[in-house]
Amino acid sequence: MIEARDLTKRYGDNTAVDHLSFTVEPGRVTGFLGPNGAGKSTTMRLILGLDRPQSGTATINGRPYRSLTDPLRTVGALLEAKSVHSSRSARNHLLFLAQTQGMPSTRVDEVLDLVGLHAVARKRAGGFSLGMSQRLGIAAAMLGDPQVLLLDEPVNGLDPEGVLWIRNLMKQLASAGKTVFVSSHLMNEMAVTADHLIVIGRGKLIAESSTQEFIARSSDKSVLVRTPDPARLTELILAEGGKVTDGEVAPGEAASSEASKALAVTGLAAPRIGELAASAGVVLHELSPRASLEEAFLELTSGSVEFGTHDPGGQQPGSQQPADEPGHASVAERSAR
Amino acid sequence: MTSATQVAPVSPASPTAGRRAAGFAHLLLGEWTKIRSVRSTIWSLIVLVVVSLGFTALFAALTAANWNGPRAAPRDATILADPVNSILGTGIGLGQLAVCVLGALIMTTEYSTGVIRASLLAVPRRIPMLAAKAVVFAALIFVVGEIVTFGSFFLGSAILHSHVAVSLGQPGVARAVIGTGLALTVLGLFAMAIGALIRHTAGAIATVIGVVLVLPILTGLLPGSWGAHVNAYLPEQAGGLISQAHEQAGNLLTPWQGFGVFCIWTALLLIAAGYLLRRRDA
Repeated sequence: MIEARDLTKRYGDNTAVDHLSFTVEPGRVTGFLGPNGAGKSTTMRLILGLDRPQSGTATINGRPYRSLTDPLRTVGALLEAKSVHSSRSARNHLLFLAQTQGMPSTRVDEVLDLVGLHAVARKRAGGFSLGMSQRLGIAAAMLGDPQVLLLDEPVNGLDPEGVLWIRNLMKQLASAGKTVFVSSHLMNEMAVTADHLIVIGRGKLIAESSTQEFIARSSDKSVLVRTPDPARLTELILAEGGKVTDGEVAPGEAASSEASKALAVTGLAAPRIGELAASAGVVLHELSPRASLEEAFLELTSGSVEFGTHDPGGQQPGSQQPADEPGHASVAERSAR
Repeated sequence: MTSATQVAPVSPASPTAGRRAAGFAHLLLGEWTKIRSVRSTIWSLIVLVVVSLGFTALFAALTAANWNGPRAAPRDATILADPVNSILGTGIGLGQLAVCVLGALIMTTEYSTGVIRASLLAVPRRIPMLAAKAVVFAALIFVVGEIVTFGSFFLGSAILHSHVAVSLGQPGVARAVIGTGLALTVLGLFAMAIGALIRHTAGAIATVIGVVLVLPILTGLLPGSWGAHVNAYLPEQAGGLISQAHEQAGNLLTPWQGFGVFCIWTALLLIAAGYLLRRRDA
């Protein structure tokens, strides 16, 4: 169990974490969600005793991190991917960590097997890809078979297979009764991973609820339709009692192209829209029901985006998707539909 | 059931002295793995050995070749006055820069690579972590440092043998040779403390080298007897006295006093480093 009470952390004039209180219960995956710069990493560093808060306390199983003996046996943490000396081998990195806890070197080989890094265990970690570094970080977190895990953006840089692997690992650990606290800035990723959500923005708590509740509250049950003949389709849908708006709000996707236009339809189910189009001979390029969690999340945190882009034409939701992870984002999106 | 068979439960939450000692042994083992598993350690130590022995041999050979040569009289007199100091002062004087670099790197690379976070997650108590690192590093430099100083001494004295006879049995010689290795060890800790305070590789190395090489020149420019007095208490100047087999006229401190001054400087910096390690965000 992790407890944060009234945590506040300021760096100069910038308040990164602002009187934040929450509890992370064992036996479930708790997602820690917020836009970039919301204070997720800082909060984790405060919990782990790396940074000192101006006020408030953070405890793990009732004790501050700095007072734990052999802490890796209680807590495993994955912070930024690169926290390995580039000329040290993966095995030696894990070995020194194990030795400080009085663990045998056989445990190092076990976790190397667990994360699939055995073949490169004696290679210099400086040559590792982001995905391999991430796996090494997870190996370090799992070293002491801890009761509590804190993972900061663990799927960053992983391929789809790796994303799935982490997701399953976290679920397994939670079902084994462990406390799993995982941060992300991607709502859709959390929707399929976390049982419980803690949402923060600008260092403040915005929402805390079960993921199911959050989804139920947030879904607007709209259907995205893409067609080369939007005028005719709009006519048909309005005649059936549906509502049509421009589909531009879809995050991370091109709204319209030369050949087709995206429409957001509410009030009609996807099969009915398909039937209408078929009966009138209107071509559809896409027909997808959406639980627009990402939108709900953006709406929730829109007042608290630290590094938001300010588009003169209005809020640009797509800006929340980091441009360097297109593959990852699409995996998360697909799985949420 | 008799009372003899009852075993008092040992609470894992109350660490005994034995547990603490075992814990510190684990930290030493971990720091040893850290220090031996990076290339900068190997390279710095190779540079220390090669440069020290190489320049000692070069100096001794050039000196022997030019003995009694034109304009060599003052130099020859200096060497005759304290041959040990001349032998140890040349090659090791250059080789010690490798110890400065390694000492600084040992702390600053923790920060530049992010390993400091892994280290502090494993060992959240900052002072034992710093102490374990200092002990392991000091032991390593002491062993290599003594090998280098004894090697330099035997090499230099063998080459100069026909001009000056010097042996470990002469007064002050063994102290100077062993002491030079000790001073290298303290220099390593001095550099490590500065690395822990500054946390950036370039800044830390520049500072250490500045204190060792540049500061004595600057304080030497001070007017009157100020320069001599300030200089005598500078860390590297005071620490260097231990390499003199014969105390020179005008020394303000004895060799061991000088070594003590160097140790005090280093201890103060290590205490400051420990204090800041506890206070600062990692």
